[in-house]
Amino acid sequence: MKPAAFDYHAPRTLEEALDLLAAYGEDAKPLAGGQSLVPTMNFRLAQPEVLVDLNSIEELFFMREGEGGLHCGAMTRQRTVERSAMAKQVAPLLYEAMPHIAHAQIRNRGTIGGSLAHADPAAELPAVAIALDASMYVRSVTDARWIAARDFYVGLFATAMEPGELLIEVAFPRPRPRSGWSFEEVARQHGNYAMCGAAAVVELSDRGVIERARLVFLSVGEGPVAADQAAAMLVGERPTATVLRAAAEEAATKEIDPVGDIHAGPAYRRHLARVIGERVLNSAAARAFEACPT
Amino acid sequence: MTTRQFGQPLKRNEDPRLLTGRALFTDDVQLPGMLHVAFWRSDLAHALIRSVDVESARKRPGVVAVYTAEDLGDFWQPGPLLLPPPPVEKLEFYPRTQVPLAKGMVRHAGEAVAMVVAESRYLAEDALDEVLVDYEPLEAVVDLEAALHDDAPLVHEDLGSNVNARVTQTKGDWAAAESEADLIIRRRFHYDRGTAAAMENRGIVSSWDERSQRLTVWDTTQAPIAIRNGLAAMLGLSEHQVRVIAPFIGGGFGPKIMMFYPEEVLLAWGALKLNCSLKWIEDREENFYATTQERGQMHDAAIALKSDGTVLGVKDVFLHDAGAYAPYGLTLPINSQCTLLGPYVVPNYHSEFTSVFTNKPIVTPYRGAGRQHGVFVMERLLDAAARRLSLDPAEIRRKNFIPPEEFPFSNEIIYQDFAPLVYDSGNYEPALDRALELIDYERFKREEQPRREAAGERVGIAVVNYIEGTGIGPYEGARVTVEASGKVSVATGVGTQGQGHYTSFAQVVAEQIGVDVSDIHVVTGDTDLFYWGAGTFASRGAVVAGNAMHAAATKVRGKILKLAGEKLEAAEEDLELIEGRVQVKGVPQTSISLGELAAEANPMRGAVQPGTEPGLEATEYFGPERGATASGVHAMILRVDPDTFLLEIERYVVVHDCGTVINPLILEGQIQGGVAQGIGNAFYEQLHFDENGALRNASLMDYLLPTASDIPNIVSDHVETPSPLNPLGVKGAGEAGAIPVGALFAQALDDAYRDIELEVREIPLSPNRLFELVGEALTREPA
Ligand SMILES: Cc1cc2nc3c(=O)[nH]c(=O)nc-3n(C[C@H](O)[C@H](O)[C@H](O)COP(=O)(O)OP(=O)(O)OC[C@H]3O[C@@H](n4cnc5c(N)ncnc54)[C@H](O)[C@@H]3O)c2cc1C
Repeated sequence: MKPAAFDYHAPRTLEEALDLLAAYGEDAKPLAGGQSLVPTMNFRLAQPEVLVDLNSIEELFFMREGEGGLHCGAMTRQRTVERSAMAKQVAPLLYEAMPHIAHAQIRNRGTIGGSLAHADPAAELPAVAIALDASMYVRSVTDARWIAARDFYVGLFATAMEPGELLIEVAFPRPRPRSGWSFEEVARQHGNYAMCGAAAVVELSDRGVIERARLVFLSVGEGPVAADQAAAMLVGERPTATVLRAAAEEAATKEIDPVGDIHAGPAYRRHLARVIGERVLNSAAARAFEACPT
Repeated sequence: MTTRQFGQPLKRNEDPRLLTGRALFTDDVQLPGMLHVAFWRSDLAHALIRSVDVESARKRPGVVAVYTAEDLGDFWQPGPLLLPPPPVEKLEFYPRTQVPLAKGMVRHAGEAVAMVVAESRYLAEDALDEVLVDYEPLEAVVDLEAALHDDAPLVHEDLGSNVNARVTQTKGDWAAAESEADLIIRRRFHYDRGTAAAMENRGIVSSWDERSQRLTVWDTTQAPIAIRNGLAAMLGLSEHQVRVIAPFIGGGFGPKIMMFYPEEVLLAWGALKLNCSLKWIEDREENFYATTQERGQMHDAAIALKSDGTVLGVKDVFLHDAGAYAPYGLTLPINSQCTLLGPYVVPNYHSEFTSVFTNKPIVTPYRGAGRQHGVFVMERLLDAAARRLSLDPAEIRRKNFIPPEEFPFSNEIIYQDFAPLVYDSGNYEPALDRALELIDYERFKREEQPRREAAGERVGIAVVNYIEGTGIGPYEGARVTVEASGKVSVATGVGTQGQGHYTSFAQVVAEQIGVDVSDIHVVTGDTDLFYWGAGTFASRGAVVAGNAMHAAATKVRGKILKLAGEKLEAAEEDLELIEGRVQVKGVPQTSISLGELAAEANPMRGAVQPGTEPGLEATEYFGPERGATASGVHAMILRVDPDTFLLEIERYVVVHDCGTVINPLILEGQIQGGVAQGIGNAFYEQLHFDENGALRNASLMDYLLPTASDIPNIVSDHVETPSPLNPLGVKGAGEAGAIPVGALFAQALDDAYRDIELEVREIPLSPNRLFELVGEALTREPA
């Protein structure tokens, strides 16, 4: 369990990093917190020839409130968000999901950008990013663009980024008025990857009818899975227990296609999707009511 | 020292060193010019090796040598069979043992095919990528029943079948029990494989010194003396030319007493061949293949009872997964066979097993060592019977206990020490009562459970019993020496892997010699410091080495008293040993220190009397006539999340009888650690092999070990029935915590789902499996 030989660069500026990535192309990999990349290198499942370490690039470490909501530099440590009062206020769904990622020691090193770029189907952050309609800012030597979270994920461990592109920043929009959110997951042990998880956002009209909803699952597909039909079913409805259960049922039976692994077979995952889907929709709806002026 | 140290909850002597990172582990050994070893391991479970090409690997920078089976010449030999089969009539036994490097065929995934020696482990692993093995995949033997079909592929072609052994043992007459019975229950039970997953993987440093003509080996073994003897024999060296040191070891649990691991013989051979020092540290991935595993068995069992719940007999026919090689003989299935009988009167017993070779890693004892299975089968049969007879699970057990006046109690069949199974002592009912009291059994069933179930919760309670044959022979030895400093040094041959030997052995010695435990220096596992011994296994350290310590310390005490009597001109009966001095009782002014006495016993002038020995020292050996039988009760309250099938252990009680307790704190640690391992085994840990014999979860990402947040606080208490078989009255305690946990989980889950008649018949479980079992129970046609 020792990695194959590789060259190592630790640029101090973003420009240098982008130059290196452009020069080495597919042979290079950015190194963020290393919590996913280093283990795969130790198993020799990944054998990048060049590592471009992002840990000395100060301009990638930031968190601020801006137009797009909570803006996080790609190198923002997961632990920083978890402990941030600003994150709690501006992106409460993100904040609620943070402690579910691995263990505290791993969150101390692991980054927001690393997790989003890694695109593990069992990861929390991609599902949260879609539920919040977050957007990702990516750059290469020649190009810079914003990508909607929904378009960012294109398959198993795959994103819309091209070789030479780096994730720079993510913007998580603020909660809208009269909206509520929720995140839950079921893992075999605290700190393990979830067998199933879900993020929900429910927004009410001033008449108490659902105006907009999001329900996004993790660990039940090749990437984060947005249950759009279930969400559409909810629009125009009052969020009663029956309505929310029917939506979770719809999502679990029609919108996901989980594959099994040694921890959870497809039937159990589907069952969990139903259970968790219903739980997150209920608590998101309850919070939305709380957020409504009485 | 006025207070007694034996029996006290003393903190461990070794902990400051361990907790501050200053203890020596094998990987801490650094020698000048040391080279590093990595192994090319098969990714197929069963294949013919057509050729192995190591030429380009040899040419890589930093690579010193690459060896295959061919390069070993005559040194290439299958390992020794550690234990012959037990003396059971009509037994069939076809042993096959592991080889240093696979030749011609690989028989399990992870079997080593080539060995690379390089200047660093990194360079050695780079070279592994260049080893080219051309092999022809064969169908793998994975499933135990399929392995016995006529057309099954063969793990060892020359045997003509996959049978490693067939053994039948009986007591009384099962057929008679069957015909007399009011109720017979038949069930099939499965127990699947796990791995011990010690925190420290295995490791070996071996160093040949050409000038002194000596080989020194640091090895994470539980049996350094046997390793020395074997290596000397294999390498053609005298035993005095080989020193094996088992330094601190980060967990043994049994797999570290397997002998000889291929790496053990290869590193010693390589150090001689290259005239150098070699290091190999097993990484976690290798540990999943190259370290032995346990627990695959399938039982078809039946119990015959009278309508009042009295057990008339048990029949059990089972298959045991031996893995690709079976160097350990039949210890595991024999343990299963014997331990099944438990603390109960079972007048008629028929037990028959087939040990089966499979294309899976080697199987040798792992904490519990086959006992889990026996306990699981018996306890599950009793639970099923209790349900049919509308008896409380605790009551059917109580009804069948061996009464205290029946000891010693003979179960007739042959145990792992090759002697008929005789329980030396025991008193089961008080332990059961205490456990029921601590878990508040009656109140839970009467009030709490109905109330919580009415509120939609799923909660179950369970109570199970077990016995454990511990502390078997052949022998261990100890040498106790009073040094001129007045401190005491103690040496024994058993290895130590965290059991607190440095403290518990010191307590045994302190009891006789009257010095503070912190002034006793214990050495274990260095063959230069103690020559004879067997090893740490079968919960025997405290029993066998502990009693050798006691014997040696008692003899030294005699020498101290004799010499002090002469010096102080007092009768020996009038002397006492207090705080490192010998004094005339009640006259502290008339005393002499142990240090002075030690110096007197080793004079520089004058003549030592013929027939006496210098020094205040003695070496003694202890070999018990047979094992001491420990026993216990575990009880638990378990909550199941009815939607997610995650579990929460709300209360866990252990009441245990391991005879006289040397150190209750250390005992507590053994129990807690054992229970933690048992919980892992019951609900988290499972090795998933696919139909090709490939392991699907060879990493701690996917092989789930219980963590602190999964383990409850354990409430424990003790009943002390001293063993009559050894002077200290102790029984082993190392494995007890782990043994009955699977049976306990099963009963608690059944109880939580008794409305749908759930019956758990397998271990390990998982939330996913529970979801499936509950689903099946819900859709089952009512009987
Ligand atoms: C025991 C354990 C448990 C874990 N459990 C969880 C869990 O429950 N949930 C979860 O989500 N994660 C879990 N993880 C993963 C962990 O959260 C990682 O932190 C995260 O997946 C990756 O973040 P990182 O900063 O460490 O990225 P790295 O490991 O450094 O990189 C991951 C990948 O992203 C690429 N990358 C990194 N930064 C960028 C960038 N700015 N632009 C483009 N590409 C980039 C890298 O090249 C690499 O391919 C676990 C990890 C461990 C070891």
